[in-house]
Amino acid sequence: MTTLDFAPAPGAAPLHRMVLAQAGAEIRSMLRNGEQLLLTMIIPVLLLVGFSAAPLVDVGGGSRVDFMTPGVLALAVMSTAFTGQAIATGFERRYGVLKRLGATPLSRTGLMLAKTLAVVAVEIIQVVVLSGVAIALGWRPASSPLAVVSLILLILLGTAAFSGLGLLMAGTLRAEATLAGANLVYLVLLGCGGVVFPLSKFPESVRPVLEALPISALTGGLRSVLTDGAGLPLAAVAILAAWAAVSLFITSRTFRWE
Amino acid sequence: MESPAVEIIDLVKRYGRTTAIDGLTFSAARGAVTAILGPNGAGKTTTVEICEGFRRADGGTVNVLGLDPSRAELRAKVGVMLQAGGVPPAMRCGEWLRLMSRFHASPLDPAALLDRLGLTEHARTPYRRMSGGQQQRVSLAAAVIGRPELVFLDEPTAGLDPQARHACWELVSDLRTAGVSVVLTTHHMDEAEKLSDQIVIIDHGRVVAEGTPTSLTGAERQLRFRARPGLSLDELLAALPGGSAAKESPSGHYIIEGQVGPELLATVTTWCAAEGVTADDLSIERRTLEDVFLELTGRELR
Repeated sequence: MTTLDFAPAPGAAPLHRMVLAQAGAEIRSMLRNGEQLLLTMIIPVLLLVGFSAAPLVDVGGGSRVDFMTPGVLALAVMSTAFTGQAIATGFERRYGVLKRLGATPLSRTGLMLAKTLAVVAVEIIQVVVLSGVAIALGWRPASSPLAVVSLILLILLGTAAFSGLGLLMAGTLRAEATLAGANLVYLVLLGCGGVVFPLSKFPESVRPVLEALPISALTGGLRSVLTDGAGLPLAAVAILAAWAAVSLFITSRTFRWE
Repeated sequence: MESPAVEIIDLVKRYGRTTAIDGLTFSAARGAVTAILGPNGAGKTTTVEICEGFRRADGGTVNVLGLDPSRAELRAKVGVMLQAGGVPPAMRCGEWLRLMSRFHASPLDPAALLDRLGLTEHARTPYRRMSGGQQQRVSLAAAVIGRPELVFLDEPTAGLDPQARHACWELVSDLRTAGVSVVLTTHHMDEAEKLSDQIVIIDHGRVVAEGTPTSLTGAERQLRFRARPGLSLDELLAALPGGSAAKESPSGHYIIEGQVGPELLATVTTWCAAEGVTADDLSIERRTLEDVFLELTGRELR
């Protein structure tokens, strides 16, 4: 039998080590969870391949894959930062995991940092996979330095906005309600956010509302940068920043750890 | 002088209109095992969770290792075992312990700790697939992995089979030997009696008694028997030597305290014969914590 020295030697690990350890655990659990992979990888890839290959939707001229890829990238960001994170965090709260982590030296700020790192890491995998598939399907995106910077900024702002909304649900609703709600919102935003169906197909009267949705801002922003080669889309940036600020502020006031 | 591991003065905690903790005062010494004993709903978990910083007190003072429970520096010094849950269901238990160890500067080796708690073969088993007893041991391991100064264990042996309970008791005893302060809650008298240096009995959010196991149960023995309820004890008391006590509690159960020996036994049986009753289940025992609790509160502990 191994001897264990229980003599007290308390001390917290350095913050970066705690955050990396927690982020690693979060990434592993996201990649291991079948339902999460369905949302974050399989559905976006299927949509990309299906709608690019077959003329199912009138994208209004131009290449179908050029139209589809930015929308699917936006969907990927939403699936990880919003749907996946909301469900996972809701159940962590329900199972007392957030409470238990609160009794470790990892601070709440450290935990949120770890969650953000994990979400961004999974998004990088998604972008690589989806871009690979899209390029194989003939996608030719704009690739100027400004386009790359705009892409990163839009994805980060989108991540912040969707994380804020996801954590708002996870921190206030019951885990089952979060599960149902987050999936429903995912479907609704997939349908009405310009991901697959162009917003121009919707009636004039509802378009201003749809355009103010975070998914539409992210989709539209990515499309104008990657497909149209436009500069930084300021309207999209402003909409995403507003969603991020409001949702994160309300979340910080309402989030219940137990 | 070094502050106690836990010092609680006039603690009050309300949930809505219910007062869960009602002026609780006690302290837990450093390097000792302190058991908080009480029936379900007595306020044990609330008390411990206030000490752990999960809940805020509505009144009174709580110091943990001389600090306010909300202080961040306590998180590294204090190990916590929740009453239930706290581990992601899909996570393998070895993975969970490695994660918990990475939050600490000089943690115990997760593999050695798994081995010690008999969990090595389950290291790759997801938490939700483990038995209740195995899950409890994972939580116990996580509480001690950071080599804390003080450990809070909330019902550490609830749902454990006798063997696993024994393993838990051994671990607590090793912690004590190593100089770790332990505060645990339980509603098992045998556990409190066997493990602890100090017992705090609480009920309705108040301390009803505290002391060492021996001081609470008393060194004295007592004579007990059952007979028809409502016997008059006056004549018996007159016949017994001075300083003896006799009572009926609960109805039909008689307890005689004093110099329990052959003479006392003879006096009692003579009295029974005179009363025309047969004493059933006559026995001479040490008082148990159960008796102490019943005496103090008029209720059974469980």
